[in-house]
Amino acid sequence: MTIWDTFLWVVLPYAALVLFLGGHVWRYRRDKFGWTSRSTQILESRWLAWGSNLFHYGALGAIAGHVIGILIPNWLTSAIGISEFAYHFISAIPGSIAGLVCTAGLIILIARRSAFSRIRRLTTAIDIAVYVLLAALVGLGTYATVFVNAFGAGYDYRSTVAIWFRGLFWLHPQPQLMATAPLVYQLHTAIPWALYALWPFSRLVHVWSLPLQYLGRPYVLYRSRLAVARR
Amino acid sequence: MKVRAQVGMVMNLDKCIGCHTCSVTCKQVWTNRPGTEYVWFNNVETKPGLGYPRRWEDNEHWRGGWELDRKGRLRLRAGGQVRKLISIFWNPDLPTIDDYYEPWTYDYETLTEAPLSERDPVARPHSQLTGKEMSVSWGPNWDDDLAGAPQTAPQDPLLRGIEEHVKLAYEQAFMFYLPRICEHCLNPSCVASCPSGAMYKREEDGIVLVDQEKCRAWRFCISGCPYKKVYFNHHTGKAEKCTLCYPRIEAGLPTICSETCVGRIRYLGLVLYDVDRVHEAASVRDPKDLLQAQLSLFLDPADEAVQRQARRDGIPDDWLEFARRSPVHTLAVRFQVALPLHPEYRTLPMVWYVPPLSPVVNALETDGYEADPDQVFPAIEAMRIPIAYLANLLAAGDEGVVRRVLARLAAMRAFMRKQQVLGVREEELAARVGMQPADLEDMYRLLAIAKYEDRYVIPQAHTEVAQRLAELPGTCGLDFAGGPGNCGALPRPAQGLNENFMLKRHPADRFPSRRLPVLNPNSTRPDRSAPQGSAG
Repeated sequence: MTIWDTFLWVVLPYAALVLFLGGHVWRYRRDKFGWTSRSTQILESRWLAWGSNLFHYGALGAIAGHVIGILIPNWLTSAIGISEFAYHFISAIPGSIAGLVCTAGLIILIARRSAFSRIRRLTTAIDIAVYVLLAALVGLGTYATVFVNAFGAGYDYRSTVAIWFRGLFWLHPQPQLMATAPLVYQLHTAIPWALYALWPFSRLVHVWSLPLQYLGRPYVLYRSRLAVARR
Repeated sequence: MKVRAQVGMVMNLDKCIGCHTCSVTCKQVWTNRPGTEYVWFNNVETKPGLGYPRRWEDNEHWRGGWELDRKGRLRLRAGGQVRKLISIFWNPDLPTIDDYYEPWTYDYETLTEAPLSERDPVARPHSQLTGKEMSVSWGPNWDDDLAGAPQTAPQDPLLRGIEEHVKLAYEQAFMFYLPRICEHCLNPSCVASCPSGAMYKREEDGIVLVDQEKCRAWRFCISGCPYKKVYFNHHTGKAEKCTLCYPRIEAGLPTICSETCVGRIRYLGLVLYDVDRVHEAASVRDPKDLLQAQLSLFLDPADEAVQRQARRDGIPDDWLEFARRSPVHTLAVRFQVALPLHPEYRTLPMVWYVPPLSPVVNALETDGYEADPDQVFPAIEAMRIPIAYLANLLAAGDEGVVRRVLARLAAMRAFMRKQQVLGVREEELAARVGMQPADLEDMYRLLAIAKYEDRYVIPQAHTEVAQRLAELPGTCGLDFAGGPGNCGALPRPAQGLNENFMLKRHPADRFPSRRLPVLNPNSTRPDRSAPQGSAG
């Protein structure tokens, strides 16, 4: 346990969370007009069909896997009858597929963004930072899943990373759990905090706008000018 | 019955000269900004032709608008809510900018900075997307006046099925112009396609708008509109569309495309309709019945029962008076000489068109047929523009509808010609098209004389409402930084009622005062000479 560990596994997460929450409040109040996915499909559609679908669906799969592996404690999965072996099987096979799909998508997206000058011209510094962080995050995560968990020696992150992560939210961080984790897990765990800190200031805010409210909504919407004005 | 008012437009294609003034003035006002270089809220297409974006009318490909499912229920052609959420990461029906055109400008500096030389300097086109030099090979109006038609016109989706009747040979070529804006539909499929709920139809006047603060760039409005009149601003990452110049409409002024129309082809006015029956009307089985279904929605503003219900539904009395004098109601409902654009899309569009008469085909004349101007009705069959083509455009393929309209227009001409040249009042002509002679005269005044006051009968928005609106920021469409409606950045004007409304400047500051709606009996102009304190 060094001061470096305290910084990485205590200070950084909380600082990032403050920026994440405060940033979103600020952005939503000050910049609804800038709150958009900023799609570039109108400028290039063929590569996006592969890149965007692979990346997003892969990412959704990976996020679901993280919810199961990190947020749900060991005792809960065993209580509902999922053995350690079964868990490992579920995390390794579908996890690897999701990671590889997501990585493939991201590679296509990055290639597309660099290859087409019409899109490159619309790319901001924050976009580039997001791409770099995402590439590191997705790359490391996929590497860990495929080469450590599925085909490697394996690493029981559920008894270290997961407990440390949940501890953050009980305001009981245990940095010592992370200090001994393998480097690839340390990196994969530390990098997201930079992404979360950047999140509210990037186009990633569109994630929170996934329009589930569209389901079951009446198709044609009316608004009164008065109602708009009173808003 | 629930009565709503809608600002509708009619364009008289007979008088459109294809000058593009409407497009240019619209562009100057609304889309002269980064990200909208390729966007024309108003454009004028030559028919037959590909249009803008290319082949927009081919909705078997683009899948815009509505259709009936097997059980006869109305649904979005591109798929419903679940389908949209599944394809939210990539919209399979979205046109790309190349379907519109790659916008360009010229390096004018090479002209202004050129040293004295033997040869004239040349300004080269540069892409406004990449900044690089480009060779221009397609534009928003590439096939204007049938330019390149031998190559492009055969791809016109409207020629499908009538190819053998349509010769594109020079001697038999036909063309006419089709100015297009957003249709501000009664059953807008763009609104229905927007997952964010950012698009809406205004209850008061039916104008369809995009809430710039709620748009999240899911892009389904763009593909969902069968007319391709919602655009994507790639600079802001938000959808934008024709606003029907609502800040002007609210002030009782015509849209900028109408105001500047050289041919005086445009008419603006109110239509009252029964909003409860919109869904039912859009769901009639045969697309050829959609015209009648939409007409059945429109309510007679002279009917006292309608007036009573309209008042109950919050429509002000002066609006009812304007509805009674509406040229749109007159042309579309009373005379029935205006037709909706592509009713088969089932969006119940509200920009209607008077189809063009056209010269009688030469080839037939040389076959011994004399084009006698008084042979009104046979001449319609011999017109240069095939009726089948107009029917594909304006009547879901129903040629009978177009024939009836053209007969009325031709009868009006013949009737007025005889009356004015020969002094003969041939009432039988009116009877043959199911009209009264006085109707034909009214129609003549409206279509041929077309006084400003008769063309634009637009009630002002209510000032007591306006006052409250003006006090609130963020209600102005496209009013973001650098946007054309950037009312937030303008100094707040003094307390005159009209002055504070939307435009944030008195209309008279921009337009000659005689262009103010002199028809509005309730219009009170604020005394602009009175001391009103400093603006801002």
